[in-house]
Amino acid sequence: MAGLAASAVAALAVHLLISGGEPPAETQAFTVFTAILLVLVLLALASQFFWSGLRQRLRETGPIIAAALVLIVLWEIITTGIRLLPLPYFPSPARVIQSMIDDRIMIWDSTWHSLSLLLGGYAMGVCAGVISGVCIGWFSPVRYWGMPVLKVVGPIPATAWIPLALVVSPSAVISATCLIALAVWFPVTMLTASGISNTRVSYLDVARTLGAKPGFLIFRVAIPAAMPNIFIGLFMGLGSAFLTLVVAETVGVKSGLGWYLSWAREWAEYGKVYAALVIMAVFFSSIMSLLFKVRDRVLVWQKGVIKW
Amino acid sequence: MVTSSVEGSSVSVRDVRQHFLSPEQVRFCALDTVSLEAKAGEFISFVGPSGCGKSTLLRLIAGLAAPSSGEVLVGNEKISGPSAERGLVFQDPNLFPWLSVRQNIQSGLVARGVLSRKKHEVDEFIHLVGLESFANAYPHHLSGGMAQRVALARALINHPKVLLLDEPLGALDAFTRMRMQDEVLRIWQGRGTTMLLVTHDIDEAIYMSDSIVLMSPRPGRIERIIPVNIPRPRDRASPEFLRLRGEILELLHFAGH
Repeated sequence: MAGLAASAVAALAVHLLISGGEPPAETQAFTVFTAILLVLVLLALASQFFWSGLRQRLRETGPIIAAALVLIVLWEIITTGIRLLPLPYFPSPARVIQSMIDDRIMIWDSTWHSLSLLLGGYAMGVCAGVISGVCIGWFSPVRYWGMPVLKVVGPIPATAWIPLALVVSPSAVISATCLIALAVWFPVTMLTASGISNTRVSYLDVARTLGAKPGFLIFRVAIPAAMPNIFIGLFMGLGSAFLTLVVAETVGVKSGLGWYLSWAREWAEYGKVYAALVIMAVFFSSIMSLLFKVRDRVLVWQKGVIKW
Repeated sequence: MVTSSVEGSSVSVRDVRQHFLSPEQVRFCALDTVSLEAKAGEFISFVGPSGCGKSTLLRLIAGLAAPSSGEVLVGNEKISGPSAERGLVFQDPNLFPWLSVRQNIQSGLVARGVLSRKKHEVDEFIHLVGLESFANAYPHHLSGGMAQRVALARALINHPKVLLLDEPLGALDAFTRMRMQDEVLRIWQGRGTTMLLVTHDIDEAIYMSDSIVLMSPRPGRIERIIPVNIPRPRDRASPEFLRLRGEILELLHFAGH
């Protein structure tokens, strides 16, 4: 806890010390940023004395937050302080923060576009993947005909279809959505199918002696039994959705974070490139943790059975 | 308490043969011309060394497999597949791990689409097996005995006419097992369900059943059917109990020689 406070103080102190000679327009925002960080850390440390939930959390996450602050300090020392790295390519944290603020409307807009594209494609891919996975896993004729297609077409990275997709589809957004859906579809189908076909026979036997009809066997036995597998597919699919999203935005779609990233690079505005990377990190990891939250809800029955 | 009393059904097994193909494509005879009559409400145990086909016979009666030849009748009807009228409890409780105790017990009602009409029975069956305080727990929080009680309640909620028990108490420790034997007997006496129990425990067979079917392996055959004429409740240490036990061990060639 003391380390957390020290690192926050260090962040502000080092910044003030180093940036003394820099133009204030560029460093002001970062000064405010570190000051806010320091105030937040001090507030948290003060309130944990009468808020035990926060104390518990701080004890768990304190070292991580402190380490992140130390990394920012190191970054500032290396860039602005001793100028170790060539400048246009490696801007200071102050520059990155400033770019974020300057370009906030565009960044917000890009994030919004990326989000809608990602969610549209991901939802499509998940629906298609779960449906085809259940069919392939449950019905053996579907498995016979579907499995070869899956095995041959599935492993092609979705991004390899870009040249074709751009020609075939009327709009870049539609083709990007389909590409993301395709990227998600393969792992979700694969994992769903294997989960369904590996449903313990004894669960199905028990269900049959309880009077179950095929609908019950599929929706109330096989699919719940395959859920842990399906979630692995959903996580893998999300990873490839991120990849496909950024690539599709870079080469085809004229909006979104991937587009913003390559646009900033073309203008050699590396402050904005880093800003885009930071936003992407926050954006993607929040979606990922959202999916973890969903899994924790759905698979709550596994708690204590397997290590999470 | 569960008040609805259900008459059990008779079970007739007629000249049933069951062949399997081993992985090496060798034909292997699991049951060879087995015939058996169980009266409605009777408690019958199947005892024999492993490979004698007793579990196979139970699966055939459950309708989970079809015999290679011969037929199985329940009541007067030839069975053609599994049905909620014939409940099955395995050695492994096979609870659905994604459902709570309550949801597991009511899954038979859900499967038959009658949950909304019979919802009130769920609590009765939770009470019947004494798991009120675990109703919302997930299966992995249960001990082996509790899990097996849930499996029993799940099979009973459909009011089956025949209950097939495939070594349901085999994995339990000795004390839990004896308590569960009494519990099963109490349910049987209260409901009149026909009970067919596969066990490798001769004491369990004598303690619980009206008659014991001794089976022999390779090919699976019925060796002998022994009626148990000891008045209930039975005393495991009574001379007639021990005499019958010795007799069965003798027949199974396990006696002290």
